[in-house]
Amino acid sequence: MSTVLLLEQLLNGLQFGVMLFLMAAGLTLIFGVMGLINLAHGSLYMIGAFAAASVAGFTGSFLLALMAALAAAAAAGALIEVTVIRRLYARDHLDQVLATFALILILSEGTRWLFGSFPLYLDVPAWLAGPVRLPGGIDYPRYRLAVIAVGLAVAGGLAWLIAGTRLGIRIRAGEADREMIAALGVDISRLYTLVFALGAALAGLAGALVGAIQSVQVGMGEPVLILAFVVIVIGGIGSIRGAFVGALLVGLTDTAGRVFMPILMQPLVGQQQAATVGSALASVAIYVLMALVLLVRPAGLYGRA
Amino acid sequence: MTEPGAILEVTGLRKRFGALQATDDVSLDLHAGEIHALIGPNGAGKSTLIGQISGALRPDAGRVAIAGQDVTAMDTAGRARLGLARTFQISALAMDMTVLQNVVLGVAGAQRGLWRFWRPALRDPALLAPARAALARTGLTGEAATQVAALSHGQRRRLELAMALVLRPRLFVMDEPLAGLGTDGSAALTRTLDTLRVEAPILLVEHDMDAVFRLADRISVLVEGRIVATGPPDAIRGDRDVRRAYLGEDGP
Amino acid sequence: MGRERIVNAALAVLLLGVPLWAHWAGEPFTITLATRAAILALAGVGLNLALGTGGLVSLGHAVFFGLGGYAMGILAHHAQTFTPLPLWDLPGTKSMPVIWLVAITGGALMAALIGALSLRSSGVYFIMLTLAFGQMCFYFAVSSPTYGGEDGLSIWVRNGFPGLNTLDPLQFFLLAYAVLMAVIWAMARIKASPFGLALAAARQSPARLDAVGARPFRLRLVAFVISGAVTALAGALFADLNRFVSPSMLSWQTSGELIVIVVLGGVARLYGPVAGAILLVTLEHYLGGISEYWQIALGAALLAVVLFARGGLIGALAGRPVAHD
Repeated sequence: MSTVLLLEQLLNGLQFGVMLFLMAAGLTLIFGVMGLINLAHGSLYMIGAFAAASVAGFTGSFLLALMAALAAAAAAGALIEVTVIRRLYARDHLDQVLATFALILILSEGTRWLFGSFPLYLDVPAWLAGPVRLPGGIDYPRYRLAVIAVGLAVAGGLAWLIAGTRLGIRIRAGEADREMIAALGVDISRLYTLVFALGAALAGLAGALVGAIQSVQVGMGEPVLILAFVVIVIGGIGSIRGAFVGALLVGLTDTAGRVFMPILMQPLVGQQQAATVGSALASVAIYVLMALVLLVRPAGLYGRA
Repeated sequence: MTEPGAILEVTGLRKRFGALQATDDVSLDLHAGEIHALIGPNGAGKSTLIGQISGALRPDAGRVAIAGQDVTAMDTAGRARLGLARTFQISALAMDMTVLQNVVLGVAGAQRGLWRFWRPALRDPALLAPARAALARTGLTGEAATQVAALSHGQRRRLELAMALVLRPRLFVMDEPLAGLGTDGSAALTRTLDTLRVEAPILLVEHDMDAVFRLADRISVLVEGRIVATGPPDAIRGDRDVRRAYLGEDGP
Repeated sequence: MGRERIVNAALAVLLLGVPLWAHWAGEPFTITLATRAAILALAGVGLNLALGTGGLVSLGHAVFFGLGGYAMGILAHHAQTFTPLPLWDLPGTKSMPVIWLVAITGGALMAALIGALSLRSSGVYFIMLTLAFGQMCFYFAVSSPTYGGEDGLSIWVRNGFPGLNTLDPLQFFLLAYAVLMAVIWAMARIKASPFGLALAAARQSPARLDAVGARPFRLRLVAFVISGAVTALAGALFADLNRFVSPSMLSWQTSGELIVIVVLGGVARLYGPVAGAILLVTLEHYLGGISEYWQIALGAALLAVVLFARGGLIGALAGRPVAHD
């Protein structure tokens, strides 16, 4: 295996990782601040992708499409927070699981009703199409590099938001002690709506960015959602830093598995089946990683025990 | 201070939470037939100490022994099996179950009989008889079929005690059993506790000073994680450190 | 208990009566629907022990359901192709009792494994771990080309049960119904036993369980194993009903649907899953006939139950749970 291929796969893993981070950051923030487990986070990802694909279809502008994805997902997030989610904060996890499962059914079928069952496609804009020559002579898709850059920028922005702004202080205070910040006169329900909409917007952004790599269709959110759960379990629920580290670990593990497992499997099951068996085992690798991390650190890498 | 033959022996216990030394070199013991009360102002570290004695918290240093056996590394369930019966400050009861179901659960636990899957617990005389006896002693017979969630606060306190009784323990560790009871309820429960010490000694954490000085054979005073005095009630009443801790008096 | 007993009896009679009527009226499809409801109810009864009584929100019970399905699929596949099973040089089988035994054992072992890993955590971690292990098994099934991979496995003829003609819809329904009733009866015994009390207490007050000298972890693990075994049995029957098993039986949506069945009917109620399964199959059939987007209505109904009618159907019909005896 050549170094070029290895580096290329490393970048692929990184790109997958930052996408997972965009999903996981919202999930972990919502859990950390509001104590809510939100299965419908994948639906917000889907909404972002559909919004981007439709707006790109109408206007032809990728940037407008991205903005539409952010806006649509944030609006949808705020809407479901106000109508449904806020009734769930005081409920037990079972109620949260069920209600957000119900939201998935409604949002998925609603989207299918609006857009039909056929996948939509979102094209990579011309100014991001084609490969770029990296040092070391690697040709790598410009779009994927841009995705990595956007993901890292968002991670940096979030770190700044949490550590250095008033909103961030309130978010951290909300994680520590809900009654306290309410007592300090912070409008807690507005803060919650804001945090939920922020998480939703990140999911929508992820959906739109991935939508230009894969097809945009109903049900695209749930596999990513489950991986994002794995990410935050590994990173420690409630920790943004944990989500970042976990996302990169999962992204790299998954990509490495997909590339190397079929190669490793070839002598065992033969060339023909090596691809299928190998890729399936690669999906399993993430869960093995998760189990290992939890054996050593039951509350995840950065979780509070 | 610690004598051989104590049912509970705590030696050199230390526990730190960050900058707070919650338990600071605490030693105490509990002998057959006595009520040993543990008092101290709020935040003195009583709950932390009880947690380490019952097994819910791991001490940083020191040793806990029940009837001569070192239990420092043992979990709560293990200590319960050795005969430590604990009552909780905030009732820890199965709220959706009836009073009788709760107590029967305690009996089954004490008999190591929880791993039976087939015979209905409430039709097993071996479980029912001790349960009903404990309810009678705590005055809850009339509430046997009541759901715990529907009990009054005082009734829950008594159920806590009944749950401890059915364990047929070697010792009781009671965390504020009188908390929140009215005068009548408090007096009745105090009488019950008074008769209990012959069955098994009681380590009693309590804020009701009337009850403490009436019941206790010995009193230990915990201040900022340290035991500042141990002795019979009369000695404690006159102790300078105790007065200072409670009343803020600077002794002459 | 009084009113809940009446509701339970009514549900049992309804589930039995409808297919008997359908048989008389010559509507075999209705019998199939009732069989589907009975089998899904059985899976829900299994889940209810962990979820309802034990308070263990497993979002991975499809693993056991699918495992039961594959136990059926694999054994029958080898029997119909006259090939020996891999690893052991044994023939497959078309006998339901044998298949059930394999499904129950497999479900129990898998539940012991997943439970031992997941039950050390609690709350959200437990939910996410069961979900993740479920997904892992899903991908594993997708990956096994020997047994159909993504496309699943079909069997040509429904498996047999001694003394019955399982190809007759009514006889197969009665078999599933009998299994359901037997398991519900056993669950009632378990719930009333010292173990059942302890499991319920472990949900309501773990500290109390410690204080009476028991360890919640072991109780929960055993409950999880029983729960997984029952759900696996249901999976074997479900695959036999469809004469087909595919990875979708293992998917997380299936896990979600199993929870929906339990909650629609009434969490921790003995007949809750029966009510939930009847309701789900009825909605699926009638709403599905009206609009292909019927799941929007299902989602809305589910939201309404969670937000406004927390006792589920049995809660609405029989009021608050009353302690027995």
